[in-house]
Amino acid sequence: METRNLTCIGCPMGCALTVTMDGENITVAGNTCPVGEKYAKKEVTNPTRVVTSSVRVNGADIARVSVKTASDIPKNKIFDCMAEIMKIEVNAPVSIGDVIIENCAGTGVSVVATKNVPSAT
Amino acid sequence: MKQYDIVVIGGGPAGLAAAISAKKAGVSDIMILERDATLGGILNQCIHNGFGLHTFKEELTGPEYAARFIEQAKEMEIPYKLGAMVLSVSPEKVITYMNKEEGLVQISAKAIILAMGCRERPRGALNIPGFRPAGIYSAGTAQRLMNIEGYSVGKEVVILGSGDIGLIMARRMTLEGANVKVVAELMPYSGGLKRNIVQCLNDFNIPLKLSHTVVGIDGEKRITGVTIAEVDANRQPIPGTEVHYDCDTLLLSCGLIPENELTREIGVEMNRVTSGPNVDDKLQTGVEGVFACGNVLHVHDLVDHVSAEAALAGENAAAYVLSGTTSEKTHKITLKAENGVRYTVPQTIDVENMRDSVTVRFRVADIYHDRSIAVYYGDKKVMSRKKRVLAPGEMEQVQLKKDSFKDYPDITEITIRTEEA
Repeated sequence: METRNLTCIGCPMGCALTVTMDGENITVAGNTCPVGEKYAKKEVTNPTRVVTSSVRVNGADIARVSVKTASDIPKNKIFDCMAEIMKIEVNAPVSIGDVIIENCAGTGVSVVATKNVPSAT
Repeated sequence: MKQYDIVVIGGGPAGLAAAISAKKAGVSDIMILERDATLGGILNQCIHNGFGLHTFKEELTGPEYAARFIEQAKEMEIPYKLGAMVLSVSPEKVITYMNKEEGLVQISAKAIILAMGCRERPRGALNIPGFRPAGIYSAGTAQRLMNIEGYSVGKEVVILGSGDIGLIMARRMTLEGANVKVVAELMPYSGGLKRNIVQCLNDFNIPLKLSHTVVGIDGEKRITGVTIAEVDANRQPIPGTEVHYDCDTLLLSCGLIPENELTREIGVEMNRVTSGPNVDDKLQTGVEGVFACGNVLHVHDLVDHVSAEAALAGENAAAYVLSGTTSEKTHKITLKAENGVRYTVPQTIDVENMRDSVTVRFRVADIYHDRSIAVYYGDKKVMSRKKRVLAPGEMEQVQLKKDSFKDYPDITEITIRTEEA
């Protein structure tokens, strides 16, 4: 049996949640509404995050183009994703939604541009 | 001197939303003056996601949110100038700006929308003792250096202040390979959003030390370390609690201040709590035809609220231009904030000429549990809403309907306060 303490992010209340995991059986205590239970169960079974960062862009007026994973990825893949993002350089122009990395770090999720970066003036 | 119907000062989220809604309301002769090289303002460097849940019902990054408004402004062919720094605004609505192409230019406007945003509280305003070495940045400066200009800011990092930008930068620098050792917060609570504490600090095991501050900075050329101490209830450092951290970077995330030098020059009445101008329900300042919206009016935590507020300012500025004047017949009511409510925006309501309803935004002074937000018309309580938690970092709002004033024709004051539930 394992216990974890979490802070709910569902609303400004920020309930202190205690999650007890006994094999398949997960119980949540400390929540004051159903949002907390749902959040806690996801956090202990399959926590995911959208990763946002930036990559070097050549031939533009600015040095970096901002990027994000097109959807959320497993939390334990964040740094694998970052390692790939940090190696990449792209050339201007770049448009919002352009795929910068396909299937980043084996997550099946692409990294896409989040900024329109025209070529240098 | 060229005259425009509406000049918008600032091309960030507030200025863009204001200009778009002014044009939709029927005024085409608009000019946006932006001092940066691009439209979009601070959103351009806020590359994290979480923007737009209210406005677009999806979670966007800052640049994506900005792009939606920039594209709309361009489609609507709203004129704008980049690299245009406004130097002064007169009460007669003459605006002096300069840029590389035109030099020094004077223009006049029938209406002005102030949308200059805010800036960060700098080290000089914090009274931190110690040397003044390189490596000390406001969190937003570090954010710009990393996300737009492509510099690596530092490797061993301490952050003072747990405002949202500081929290976001703790995660950003961690992802880029830096070691963020601690976030120290002077207050006994964080001014940042819960979600940011969890996803920017807890996710990476970065400790948050509440009721702590920086009491010393080491290093003559580059910062080499800081000393952090616990503070008492009066925010004074407690001797004997000092802990030293080696670091090459100190980020400051200690509050935002509306940027109102131009506003003061116009001579409008300012508000000591918000550091912005006092406005009525049309977001019009004390000078007729001068409107304000976004972070220059009061610091927001969600850009969605900035967009909504700015759209209202744009609409009202357009109505002012089209009608030529504001109405003669007025019934101005003053809004009073008390007992835990720090301020309200707007500060006055003109019941005679108001829209069907007005959104009153405000912040509370401390963290409160199980309190009500109560609204009084004169000395009669007309509304009470129970809140399980209220926090200074989360802006609150109430809607006041025009109909609701029918039974109170003679009131001169509305009070908004917190009360024990």
